[in-house]
Amino acid sequence: MLHIYCPHCDEYREEEEFRPKGEAHIARPADPENTSDEDWGNYLFFRKNPRGLHHEQWFHSAGCRKFFNVTRDTVSYEILETYKPGQQPTVTAESRQAQASAQASNQGAAK
Amino acid sequence: MSEIATFNAHPTVAVRAESPLAFSRVTVATLASAQGAGVCIRERALLGHLILRGKADDAGFRAGVESALGVSLPLKMGPVSRDDGRGVSVQWMSPDEWLIVVPAGEDLATEQRLRAALSGHYAVMQVSGAQTLLELSGPNALEVLKKSAGYDFHPRNFPVGKGISTTLAKSTAVIRRTGDTQWELIIRRSFADYLFRWLLDASEEYGVFVAR
Repeated sequence: MLHIYCPHCDEYREEEEFRPKGEAHIARPADPENTSDEDWGNYLFFRKNPRGLHHEQWFHSAGCRKFFNVTRDTVSYEILETYKPGQQPTVTAESRQAQASAQASNQGAAK
Repeated sequence: MSEIATFNAHPTVAVRAESPLAFSRVTVATLASAQGAGVCIRERALLGHLILRGKADDAGFRAGVESALGVSLPLKMGPVSRDDGRGVSVQWMSPDEWLIVVPAGEDLATEQRLRAALSGHYAVMQVSGAQTLLELSGPNALEVLKKSAGYDFHPRNFPVGKGISTTLAKSTAVIRRTGDTQWELIIRRSFADYLFRWLLDASEEYGVFVAR
């Protein structure tokens, strides 16, 4: 079972209380009238399915019944952070890559 | 005062009111008295339950609620505001939602006081018929909850006075700790029979007394 931190309840809760609700940060096209069919189709139907870091929406269905965002590793299932809707993630693919390369160069310097 | 129509959900003529547990048939061996029972279950039927929605960061809204109810409005998950003398309690349900429980028959008057005190963007809903309150007490009440829910009921995480909403026996319930061995469960009408039977079944090994 995952132990998930709900940013609204300010507490860790059991996975059983939550429902996953798919990819987060999907922006609706600002001007739907002048959006191409392809772009509108991508907005409606096409979702990322990455191997590794993923930003998702989760719903605290048995608790506060509010949505929030989760940054999760789809390989290890590790939850790296949770944050409220409207906020931006602090852990991203870029930040993780920068961290990994910094660690690698530190190890190189130590040798 | 707003223009919203309110109505009294309590009939003024003689109609028999029945709790959601009126048809629950007890099939486990319950004790004849609370003496020696590990778990005691008592339904507080037909209380007034109201759902309040509004903006927690609006000082006018908070002041209005507190003047109408006479208890403070909790602004975070956990501590339940209550006045046991008047039988009024307010629990944080989500950042913009609260559950108000008042004595039987006082729901309409409470709703009208709230509507008189509030203005702007808010909502008050009477949900008295949608849920019922069970009191669970006794030395083994904690064990029954531990068997039924995944939440951490240790006093370190769940002190007296705290209230949460969580999963209980594959259904959901509002659970509040009112004393060291005393709990309140607020359960939905449609799950009341199922959860009541579940609690009886889970309590049977400790000796259970159902207060009438």
